[in-house]
Amino acid sequence: MEQTNSDLKPNDARTDDWTARLHRATRATREDWLGRGISYLCIGVIILVVASMLWFITSKGIATFTQNHVNLWKFISGTNWSPNQGQIGALPMIVGSFAVTFAAAIVATPFAVGTAIFMTEIAPNKGRKFLQPVIELLVGIPSVVYGFIGLAVVVPFMRHLVGGSGFGIISATFVLFVMVLPTITTMTVDSLRAVPRFYKEASLALGATRWQTVSRVILRAATPGILTAIIFGMARAFGEALAVQMVIGNAAIMPKNLISPAATLTSQLTTGIGDTIDGTLPSNALWSLALILLLMSLFFNALVRLIAKRGQLSHER
Amino acid sequence: MNKGTKLAMGIAAMSLLLVGCGKATSSTSSSKSSSNEALSGKVTAVGSTALQPLAAKAGSQFTAKNSKVNLTVQGGGSGTGLSQVQSGAVSLGDSDIFAEEKAGIKASELTDHKVAVVGMGPVVNKDAGVKNLKMSQLKGIFTGKITNWKMVGGKDQKIVIINRAQGSGTRATFENAVLKGASAVKSQEQDSNGAVQKIVATTPGAVSYLAFSYFTNKLQALSVDNVTPTDNNVETNKWKIWSYEHMYTKGKPDKATAAFLSYMTSKDVQNSLVKDMGYISIHDMKVSKDAKGTITQN
Repeated sequence: MEQTNSDLKPNDARTDDWTARLHRATRATREDWLGRGISYLCIGVIILVVASMLWFITSKGIATFTQNHVNLWKFISGTNWSPNQGQIGALPMIVGSFAVTFAAAIVATPFAVGTAIFMTEIAPNKGRKFLQPVIELLVGIPSVVYGFIGLAVVVPFMRHLVGGSGFGIISATFVLFVMVLPTITTMTVDSLRAVPRFYKEASLALGATRWQTVSRVILRAATPGILTAIIFGMARAFGEALAVQMVIGNAAIMPKNLISPAATLTSQLTTGIGDTIDGTLPSNALWSLALILLLMSLFFNALVRLIAKRGQLSHER
Repeated sequence: MNKGTKLAMGIAAMSLLLVGCGKATSSTSSSKSSSNEALSGKVTAVGSTALQPLAAKAGSQFTAKNSKVNLTVQGGGSGTGLSQVQSGAVSLGDSDIFAEEKAGIKASELTDHKVAVVGMGPVVNKDAGVKNLKMSQLKGIFTGKITNWKMVGGKDQKIVIINRAQGSGTRATFENAVLKGASAVKSQEQDSNGAVQKIVATTPGAVSYLAFSYFTNKLQALSVDNVTPTDNNVETNKWKIWSYEHMYTKGKPDKATAAFLSYMTSKDVQNSLVKDMGYISIHDMKVSKDAKGTITQN
């Protein structure tokens, strides 16, 4: 090896020149550098934004515990939320958030999966031409419009149906159901389409009916994808503020049933943020609620990754 | 969901955030005011949503006369107004309550300019069948001791309390005058007069409180101790639930801000615009109230 290397070593001016030209960056290389540079810059900016946001919310959110010396456990398990009187028990909002999130996901999932099966397996053409635009339209409607419809239609309807004031978890569930439906549906459609074609062909060749194929082969193969879709829907429901705030009634009390006014983390944030002074307990307490929201969305993200990993493993097996 | 979509969603979220940040910085930078002989500069008023409509209307009339002044009026709540003016981010902080009443605000650093008076009163849904309440009954309702309208002479209908958000100026005024230190029962909270107005009008048994300018014929405004909620009764303090609308400045206001403040309190505005928009002129008040709630005859 060493011998060959020394043989190739340039030993006159002419070869020197050629080596230099060969080593010089070509136009393509420079474009490559430029492209890479732009990508790194963009990624850098995004990482910076995310990191500073995490730092900002965390530092503000823990001020409740470090500066105002509120007991963390009392914050999470307390049920009295009167920040102006120094009482900040966030449990009613935590329970409210989880209640509307799970309820909306439970109601929306059957509809979403049904629609997705229709769009991919039963009538793919009609699905693409007609249902796809409808669902995309649902995604595009601003949340304040959902909230407004909720306030004008859903709340009075619930009042007639079940009594009370009409404000409450059930109204919020109804509004969120419509809001998360498109998210869950489109992602379920993606995961159904991603099921390898030969699964379906093999199933049909073995004599399975279409429904048997759909329910026992395709849905099963797409399960990780569907779970991911549901979690994304839940993440959206958990983070939705405006529409929920308009219909849930914003009462920071432990929800006893589905039809009495309740509050969520987000609704409490939007209701309270304008009336607090930076650096005081009521303001810090709201930041702590924001921190819980942030941690929950991180948790949802981690869950999605975990499911994706499991899904890959089961496909490989 | 594939990685591409996820990334796209991330980028979209980030860009939204950046837009948000941009807005925030622009509003703070616009507060730097300069002034010269032909009145010019920037005036930013932020805060109370109860004062916002009046400030905005007066502001547009003011800039029509002083075209070089750039005047912006924003809402955000009394708390926002007070903290923004205290930090020097805006030139005027609008508030429904005295700076002394808000924890975390150094009232001594701020100068109070009272620009109007707002009367507030309890409102109920028309189905409640009540037109007058004693002050003690009103207190009983909002502290949760009275839960049905028939207990105060109305129909057999459960009382649904709609509160404003904790820390809201309107709520503070109402609770100071009615609850007098007792704590309110936990109930629904809404973050604006408009939302309260709509909900009380449509929810059977609902009760809340609103500024006079938000009274409509779809609501029943209540008399308290047989005193009707009218401007005249506020002016003599026969009607107890009222507050000043404040515009706070930090230190000495610059020329443009000072000019706007004197325009707001001028007879011109106070006698026309203020009254037309449902507020009460500060010149008509026969009493004055300080931060502790002490009333003195003028």
